[in-house]
Formats: sequence, C-alpha cells, structure tokens
Amino acid sequence: MIPALGLLVGLAAGLFLHPAVPLALQPYLPIAVIAALDAVFGGVRAVLDGIFNDKVFVVSFLSNVVVAAFIVFLGDQLGVGSQLSTGVVVVLGIRIFSNVASIRRHLFRA
Amino acid sequence: MSPTDPPPTAPDAGEDSFVWQRLALMARPRATKANALAALLAILLGFAVATQVRQNQVLGLESLRQADLVTILDNATQLSARLDQNARELQATRDELISGSTNGAAALTAAQERLDTLRVLAGTAQAHGPGIRMTISDPGAKVTPPLLLDAIEELRDAGAEAIQVGSARVVASSYFGQAGSGIEVDGTTVTDPYVILAIGDPQTLSSAMQIPGGLSENVRQLGASITITQSTELVVGALHTLREPRYARPVP
Repeated sequence: MIPALGLLVGLAAGLFLHPAVPLALQPYLPIAVIAALDAVFGGVRAVLDGIFNDKVFVVSFLSNVVVAAFIVFLGDQLGVGSQLSTGVVVVLGIRIFSNVASIRRHLFRA
Repeated sequence: MSPTDPPPTAPDAGEDSFVWQRLALMARPRATKANALAALLAILLGFAVATQVRQNQVLGLESLRQADLVTILDNATQLSARLDQNARELQATRDELISGSTNGAAALTAAQERLDTLRVLAGTAQAHGPGIRMTISDPGAKVTPPLLLDAIEELRDAGAEAIQVGSARVVASSYFGQAGSGIEVDGTTVTDPYVILAIGDPQTLSSAMQIPGGLSENVRQLGASITITQSTELVVGALHTLREPRYARPVP
C-alpha cells in the first residue's frame, strides 16, 4: 500500500516539478526505469508466490537499476550503446512479461 | 486496496482467496524499515517515470545518444548535399538558358549587321551617307566605257562603298559597254550627262578624282567637262537585282 502511494506521489512530483534530467544521466534513465519496473513486477510475483522479502526486494531493485545503467554505460564506452540498450530493454521486457504472466496466473487462474 | 477489502468472488474460491489475502496482507501498511525503503524506491520510480516521459515529449535531439545524433547529422548532411547539388544544377540550367537567350540576341544583331553590310555591297539596299556627286558633261560623245570604268576603279581605290552611275547601281559584277550614243551599265543605258554618285569620305574621293593625270585631267583632255560636289548626306538609291548563281555554290 505504502509503496503504491509512493509511486503515485513520485508520479505527481515528476509531473508538477518539471525536473530536468542531467545530461550525463539522460541515456541511463529510461533503462533504469525499465529495470526498476522489472524489479517491481518481480516483487509482486514474489508476494503472490509467498516468498516475498523486503530486503531482497530493495536490494534487487537497486541492483537491477545499477546493473542496467552500468551495462548501457559500458555499451556507450564500447561504441555499441544503442544496441546494448536495445538488448537490455528486450531482456527486461521478457522478464516483465513472464512476471506479469505468473502474477496473472496467481490472481485469475488464467 | 485496504486490508478489509473482500477478495473478488471467484468460482473456485480456495487457493484464490488465499492469494488475495496474501496480497492484502502485503499491502497493509507496516512500519518496517524495509517498507519505508520500498516506498522511497517507489517514489523514486514514479518520479523517474514521469520525468522520463516528460523529457521524451519535451526534448527532441537533446535526449538522443551520440551515435544517433551522428546518424541524424549524417542524414541531414547528405540531404543538404543532395539539395545543394540540385540547386547547383538548376542554377547552371538557368544560367545556360539566360546566356542562351542573350547569345541568341547577340547572334541576331550580328547577323543583321552582316546582312546590312552585304546588302550594301551587293547593291540590293539603298545606301546613304557622305560622298561626292560627279557630273561629266560630254557634248562631243568622247567618253568611252573604259573611261567610266577607270572612274569607278579610282573611286573604289579611294574607298567608295556604294556607287551609282546614272540610274544603275555599280556592283562587283557590273559591266560597261557601248550602247549607241550612250554607255550601257549592267544593261541600263546611261546618257550624257553622266552623273556618278559615290558614298565614302568626300575629301578623299574628290582628291582622288582631281589627282594630276587622273580622271578629271583625262576627261578635260577629251573635251568634256567634269564637276565634283562634295556632300555630307547623299543617297545612292538605285538597286541592283540579284540573280541566283547558276553554277557557283557556297562551300559549306
């Protein structure tokens, strides 16, 4: 409940504050967001599986974000930044889909 | 969703309600450090999502990475080069058309001038300009065709550009012959007094006629009289009729 409210608060803050993304962070922010979404869906799935752990969620959230950003950074340094970020987005997207599918099965038996 | 929310009714409510309960349990506010941290992370995530969406809507090129920018720049450069080349070609075509029309006009003017010159030379156009009028009175009928021919040659030597004897235009093919009491010039009979009009520098022409041992002296020796009048404006009005050459053809 509290995290869901936090999400709404964050969205509202982002919409009303009009923050500017620092130039250095611009390539990493979208990937980080996707990675965080992956962690969130993974967390929801863990809840439904009955294996949710707060600490694991926080750590996986942070590590997901950091690793995704790092992979993109590495790709940029190697000159394959756009391809690598595409790859990361694909992998995270697949994970999100499978997590959502699992959640759906738990909730709706379908 | 609050913890008191009833689970949605499902056909086989056993495992289902268990899952929903578990979800409700998790959603219940708990004052644990981890829950607070998760909330913080959720705030951050929401903030990042909103920021990124806004950024994506507001910014065009700024949010792109270097490689994409280079690609876009390349495309723009290629497009610009292509357009530049188009512009150059069109400009060249335009210049060509403009110079073509001026060339055409210049060629037309040149051709017209040439035509005028040739018509004066060929005797098919009237000519006017400064010159001399020369009248030879020959009561004794002593003037011969060769004498007139000599006079014409002298005039040409002195730079006469258009010559008329009586009512006959003198051109390259003109001939002089005896015709009864008069002289035949190109089939036209000219009788005493012989009036010769010549266009050229009046001073030069009249001095050429009056040179010692020249035309004037010859005419006077024959007992005829000659008068020469210089004029600043004179019209050689007689025309020569051109005949199509029967044998001669221009070399292309």
